[in-house]
Amino acid sequence: MTDISDIAPMSTPVPARGTRRLRLSGAGRIGVGIVLFWAAAALLAPILPLPAPNASDLLALADPRPSMAHWLGVDLSGRDILSRIIWGARTVLTVAPIAVAGATVVGALLGLLAGYRGGLLDTVLSRTSDVILSFPVIILYMIILTRFGASALNIVLVITVTKAPIIYRLVRATTLELSQREYVAAAQMRGESSLYIMLVEILPNARGPVVVDVCLRLGYTTIAIGVLGFLGIGLPPPTPDWGGMVRETYGMISLYPHMAIFPCVAISTLVIGFNLLAVGLRRRARA
Amino acid sequence: MSGALLSCAGLTVDYALETAGLESMGQRAVDDLSFDIAPGEALGLVGESGCGKTTVALAIMRYLGRNGRISAGTISFEGRDLGQLAPRELRQLRGGRIAMVYQDPHSSLNPVMTIGQQLMEVPLLHRTRRRAAARELAVRALSEVELPDPEGMMARYPHQLSGGQQQRAVIAMALIAEPALLIMDEPTTGLDVTVEASVLALVDRLRRRHGTSVLFISHNLGAVGRLCDRVGVLYAGRLVELGPLSQVFANPRHPYTRGLLACVPSLADERRGRLLTPIAGTLTERARQAIGCAFADRCAHAVEGLCTSQPIALEAIEGEPEHVTRCVLAERLPAFAVEGEKGPASEARPAAEPVTEPLLAARGLGKRYALGGGRGALEALRGIDLDLERGGTLAIVGESGSGKSTFARIVIGLTEASEGELSFKGKDIAHLAIGRRRRDLRQRLQMIFQNPDSTLNPSHSVGYALERTIGRLHGIGRTQSRADARRLLQLVQLPADYAERLPEELSGGQRQRVAIARALAAAPDIVVADEPVSALDVSVHAAIANLLKELQARHALSLVFISHDIALVRYMADHVALFYRGRLVEFGPAEAVFAPPYHPYTQMLLASVPDPSTPGQRAAVREAGTAVSQEIGRGCPFAARCPWRIDRLCDRVDPPVLEPSDSHRIACHLDLIDLPRTIERTA
Repeated sequence: MTDISDIAPMSTPVPARGTRRLRLSGAGRIGVGIVLFWAAAALLAPILPLPAPNASDLLALADPRPSMAHWLGVDLSGRDILSRIIWGARTVLTVAPIAVAGATVVGALLGLLAGYRGGLLDTVLSRTSDVILSFPVIILYMIILTRFGASALNIVLVITVTKAPIIYRLVRATTLELSQREYVAAAQMRGESSLYIMLVEILPNARGPVVVDVCLRLGYTTIAIGVLGFLGIGLPPPTPDWGGMVRETYGMISLYPHMAIFPCVAISTLVIGFNLLAVGLRRRARA
Repeated sequence: MSGALLSCAGLTVDYALETAGLESMGQRAVDDLSFDIAPGEALGLVGESGCGKTTVALAIMRYLGRNGRISAGTISFEGRDLGQLAPRELRQLRGGRIAMVYQDPHSSLNPVMTIGQQLMEVPLLHRTRRRAAARELAVRALSEVELPDPEGMMARYPHQLSGGQQQRAVIAMALIAEPALLIMDEPTTGLDVTVEASVLALVDRLRRRHGTSVLFISHNLGAVGRLCDRVGVLYAGRLVELGPLSQVFANPRHPYTRGLLACVPSLADERRGRLLTPIAGTLTERARQAIGCAFADRCAHAVEGLCTSQPIALEAIEGEPEHVTRCVLAERLPAFAVEGEKGPASEARPAAEPVTEPLLAARGLGKRYALGGGRGALEALRGIDLDLERGGTLAIVGESGSGKSTFARIVIGLTEASEGELSFKGKDIAHLAIGRRRRDLRQRLQMIFQNPDSTLNPSHSVGYALERTIGRLHGIGRTQSRADARRLLQLVQLPADYAERLPEELSGGQRQRVAIARALAAAPDIVVADEPVSALDVSVHAAIANLLKELQARHALSLVFISHDIALVRYMADHVALFYRGRLVEFGPAEAVFAPPYHPYTQMLLASVPDPSTPGQRAAVREAGTAVSQEIGRGCPFAARCPWRIDRLCDRVDPPVLEPSDSHRIACHLDLIDLPRTIERTA
């Protein structure tokens, strides 16, 4: 018997995997563009022909508004706003990804464990994450950062602690569903360890929603860092920090609106960029 | 045909494929389709998935999505061109003069509204403004679809109904406006076979009573045979054959129709022991765009040049003016007869084998699931006694919820039994979960799962899945297991280079072949196959069933074959166990189970199987009373549906086990001599 009845003929072209993975919808592409713009700005900050972000040009204070010498004007100390925004991108794009990466690793591993093992472990982890999520975040930030001091490391830790439960919930729910898949039973039948099943059988298939969520978290974390800076518990001065820049100048907003508006625009565009990226990735995951 | 109710002329539907890339491809889903439905007539449309059946229904209802477009042709209903109607007129037509019943009743009903509210919506929209009148109509519709206690049914929510009752409610909703045309898209596909039979019988009665025309879309030739006057066969969006049911089934002139008829197993005796004839190949994109016959690349009769060079017209068959087919060779094909090669299993196994110790034996096996919140326990399985011989095939048959999958999971160790024993080679494994089983035990018991979409990990290549199984269960190094994996692929008749592919690059049938290869990779003694073909296209059923049979003969495998498809079981099994609500109602050699005397449930099951070889038969089948799963307590599990029930006995006392012949057991309160002896079918 040589029936090959359900075998597709070789002529059916199978799209190459790499190209298909990269294809994004329109919104996603705009998102990529915005994020890449800020990433490039952050990377190139040291070699761009800009004044140092903390150097004061006291002469410019006579008229701090945008001019040929200072394209976006100067702030109350005579520091170049464009330079501070670009150096500020460096800060945000270092702190946010590290914090989100921390939250993702912690949240995903605990989520896998709780979803696959269940039982008491799941109950304890899930209730703990509920408790963290039920706290107003800003207050949590203020309590922790005023107690332990505002430093880059502490900001990363605070964000990890507050964002990990969100990733945890997502991964736990996905794991609960994927654990019922027949390929997981097949792996159990050949005697795989729980660790192997969680990391090799389940995790790769939970990747899609997690990647989308990571982009959203990056956006929210950008906002969070801005808020921390604005509240004065962000990175200690004189580190160029978008939230801090708004804080220092919002008192003068009726006189010199550019001092606060430009950093705000920077925050908004980066957040929108991350969100569009998430939208694009989600659409692709659904297609 | 003049005076047609619905008339499609040259209907052509294209879908724009949504791609983010620059090239936007179109796909022709329906190509130059013409047919008529006369008032009161039932027309069946059959074909495999992707052949355009559902698109036809959606085109008639003007429900094509944003990417679908009717590129040519007209659909006229009661003499009016549906394409010219204003949206308002169209809305009045839908649900009023044309009603549609979809495949999944569960998603057709709104879960937050009662059945009554949903039914009353229709007349309030189309016929009357008075709520009392609407209510009256709704109650009458519910009693017409033969639902028990129509008044009480009005106040129920969809989840309180069984699948069959839900579909009846959907049909009631469709019929309440007294439509002239009822479109049914695979209305019985998700239902158990006995429920399917009773729903089909109901639709048949109703359409005769009200003179409703029916467009019945299905992949199930048997179901079409039960209901329809005429049948059309679609392939790649083109009508390849159309004619009166009896002529098409008895004298199919298109090779595709013949293939569809030949690849389904039949209950008829003479086909036992023969291999089914699958249809080779799959529908490809290139075939879709062919100028000539789209089926040519899968057709055994195709003549190079003749079939593919020019467009082929639908032509009437000599002597059967109403029977048309789209095949240039129609008049030259040999007479149709369902004949397969002789199967390996039938010769390999003599009828009476010397009695050896069974390889797998269940004694009093049971499983309870504790319900949360102290609500007691759900008994999924109770008192199962059965044996599997070495090299034999034991088929387990039952409806959903009968406990057949629970049994499979206990065998494999994915679930532990709560009582009884299951001995494998003399060792009790009933309470040994998979994690506590030793490697050699895991290796000897393997499983093929039901769902081709989730049986393989989408992130892993086919080769990885096979190599990992070989490596883990036999402790073999990578190079050796790579070679073995390739050999296994060839064994299941897949090209060896498929090892590089990801599951998403394979069709459902191909994935199921890989799953079979993975089970074989362990070199097992027993393979448990849980509904291995039920999610696949009909034409693929035969290929997978044949493959299993062939591999079983070659590797001396014992097979536990779980299925709800009686005809397929008949084809595969030498022992059959019938499960009903977690209990074993009949067990014995296949010849004995499929011959009288029958357990009342077996008889009902056999009567419900639609058989394309004998169209037009109607079954008398009773449906389960309620969806509320009554607890398996004392008494016969089948008592509620049994026409022979003895009150105050069957529902209270466990039935005794009768032994009509050696090793054939029937659990029933009837005396042996009173057991049903015919498969009652009413005309």
